[in-house]
Amino acid sequence: MYRYDQYDHQIVKERVAQYRDQVRRRLSDELTEEEFLPLRLQNGLYMQRHAYMLRIAVPYGMLSTAQVRMFAHIARTYDRGYGHFTTRQNIQFNWINLEQSPDILAELATVEMHAIQTSGNCIRNTTSDELAGVAADEIIDPRPYAEIIREWSTFHPEFAFLPRKFKIAISGSEQDRAATAVHDIGLHVVKNAEGEVGFRFLVGGGMGRTPIIGSVIREFLPWQHALTYLEAVLRVYNQHGRRDNKYKARIKILVKALGAEEFGRQVEAEWADIKDGPATLTVEELQRIAQYFVPPPYETLAASDVGFEAHKAENKGFANWLLRNVKAHKVSGYAAVILSVKKTGVPPGDITAAQLDFVADLADQYSFGEVRITHEQNLVLADVKLSDLFTVWQAVKAQGLATPNIGLLTDIICCPGGDFCSLANAKSIPIAQAIAEKFDNLDFQHDIGEIELNISGCINACGHHHVGNIGILGVDKDGSEWYQVSIGGAQGNNTSIGKIIGPSFSAQQMPVVIERLLDVYVKQRHEEELFIDTVQRLGIAPFKEYVYASPIPTGYTHGEDACVY
Amino acid sequence: MPVSTNEIIKNRAVVSDDWSVLRLQEGETAESVSIPAGKVIVPFSVWQAQRAQLQDRKPIGVWLSSDAQADVLKEDLAHFDLVAVDFPKFTDGRGYSIAYNLRTRLAYSGELRAIGDVLRDQLFYMQRVGFDAFAVRADKNIHDALKGLTDFTEKYQTSWDEKTPLFRRVNRQAVSQD
Ligand code: HEM
Ligand code: SF4
Repeated sequence: MYRYDQYDHQIVKERVAQYRDQVRRRLSDELTEEEFLPLRLQNGLYMQRHAYMLRIAVPYGMLSTAQVRMFAHIARTYDRGYGHFTTRQNIQFNWINLEQSPDILAELATVEMHAIQTSGNCIRNTTSDELAGVAADEIIDPRPYAEIIREWSTFHPEFAFLPRKFKIAISGSEQDRAATAVHDIGLHVVKNAEGEVGFRFLVGGGMGRTPIIGSVIREFLPWQHALTYLEAVLRVYNQHGRRDNKYKARIKILVKALGAEEFGRQVEAEWADIKDGPATLTVEELQRIAQYFVPPPYETLAASDVGFEAHKAENKGFANWLLRNVKAHKVSGYAAVILSVKKTGVPPGDITAAQLDFVADLADQYSFGEVRITHEQNLVLADVKLSDLFTVWQAVKAQGLATPNIGLLTDIICCPGGDFCSLANAKSIPIAQAIAEKFDNLDFQHDIGEIELNISGCINACGHHHVGNIGILGVDKDGSEWYQVSIGGAQGNNTSIGKIIGPSFSAQQMPVVIERLLDVYVKQRHEEELFIDTVQRLGIAPFKEYVYASPIPTGYTHGEDACVY
Repeated sequence: MPVSTNEIIKNRAVVSDDWSVLRLQEGETAESVSIPAGKVIVPFSVWQAQRAQLQDRKPIGVWLSSDAQADVLKEDLAHFDLVAVDFPKFTDGRGYSIAYNLRTRLAYSGELRAIGDVLRDQLFYMQRVGFDAFAVRADKNIHDALKGLTDFTEKYQTSWDEKTPLFRRVNRQAVSQD
């Protein structure tokens, strides 16, 4: 894992001082709220429905156990005892005082953390594959590049006031686990025919109110040119991205307006000027960064373990957990364990201070002191010995982090929605909870198989509803909360945007709507066919027809028609 | 009507300033606006429209609006004693790329001044992309704003002020926290 040197420490320390003074000036009215807003956003501080929310950067989702314990400390000292993992591999605290926020940053700095550029119209935290470095299907470990991009983008003077927020994701595996196609820039680390490492460069993806899948503007860019090419893309965007309308200000709109080819041409023209300049990466720099990501001291182990096999054969609960929550590892005798932060009854992604401390202890004991965050809002212990899995499972189970539902129906991605977020049109957490309660039965979930259910409380799409196999979007109709349903969205190598099935539903109807969608799937599926494949084979029509075929009780009693349309 | 700012930050100090910035008022056009005497920074549109008269005037400055490209000054740059870039809103970041391109691509080496909604917390970034003068918004304390230039002592990436990225400049090594 990356460790700060004196320069990183200094930059973060100076940031804390700068921010502390900005808060002081705001509190003494030297800064108006309007002037303070972009400053606090670039420090991850949002004003929410009830209080300030602080979003802390977790670069490419990697954490040391000291950092995890710091989150527990922040949760206890400055919040109400819990935090929330996000789809951008960060953590948010929902009950923060403005006055205390500089102290939190100072505490974070002691464990090499900060909240720099976790919000605002700048280059945000770069996200990556949660299984980077351990995945069986990895081509190249993307983390050194993610760290290089982190440093380059931190306080980049030219790109701190972009037309809109800007997100970069990077993946180095066969299977894209970083949702690269729906980012402003998506990078695939690839090897060319000569075995040289470079990037496939996608631009102009994004969700929000206009979901667009990114376009490839370069099939292969030698890795040395990563930063100069990024600079060229950002300069074109900074100058030509629309600023008259914030809904049209994302790079995806510019790329769409110009066409990917023309956009790529402008980038190449810009790049011609800086290509091979001093910002060109060197082998020494790549090696310096890469040394932080060398594999931990793995033991030489057999591919199988007797005790492990015995437990697996004897214990159905353990076997289920292995099936869903444990992933293949590239080192023999090890596995990557996903801790489900999706227990029924708990808001997806919410974690308590006690659970954070527990995870830190467990990672110290069983996984080389490292923890990762997934963009599905779960946690990963990346390097657990097969022979330790049973013990780990028992410990994790006791903490409510072992629900064997990874990739299943109740592994719901869900934004904070109307319970916290001031932009929300509708609540999303209670919808997730109602659905999770209705389908709590694990045998049923295993039978349904892999399915992504994503919920956003408004069109901003923080809950990735566009790329959910089933997507739920909170909408406002005449001041009340409704939910629009789409199906057929997917993330990963075959990213697609879901299609809306029809008029929206009330909160009370949602579990039944999901039930009906699943009914169609179960009746129509071919053997071994996943929900998404059935939708793609049949189109949305049969689903739509059945869902709307008969009224669904709304639970509303004031004279409304029981049927929603 | 010219607006005169009496003090600016230049080369990291507060100094008095005798330039005025010409901004077109309602009803005025680039062709017809009369240019006051003294040291004036005219909008690029006025320079274009009245180039014939302005060419011999010395000293003279020009300012670019945030939707302009640095390239528009390519042919004329040698005429100007000062180039300014306007920030209509401090959150409009186009001026940063304009400045960078003026300095790097067009090799402009004279005074480059930020005008408009110029505030303390942006000055550090502005100087990095090539501004060496700042007409801080009149209602703000310019001596306070001066502190914004020194918020950070280190930077990772290249820009106009720093041609060498940190990774080429120093020998970097993790520091143990133990
Ligand atoms: C709680 C306060 C939050 C606020 C005020 C907020 C605000 C926004 C806004 C305004 C957008 C739309 C940007 C655009 O399309 O131009 C957006 C998109 C997004 N946000 Fe949030 N967000 C919040 C929380 C979250 C959380 C908790 C997550 C992760 C769970 C998240 C992840 C995302 C993602 C992934 C997108 C879509 C990005 C894209 O279009 O590519 N946000 N958010
Ligand atoms: S999708 Fe909307 S409601 Fe949900 S967190 Fe984002 S902005 Fe808030």
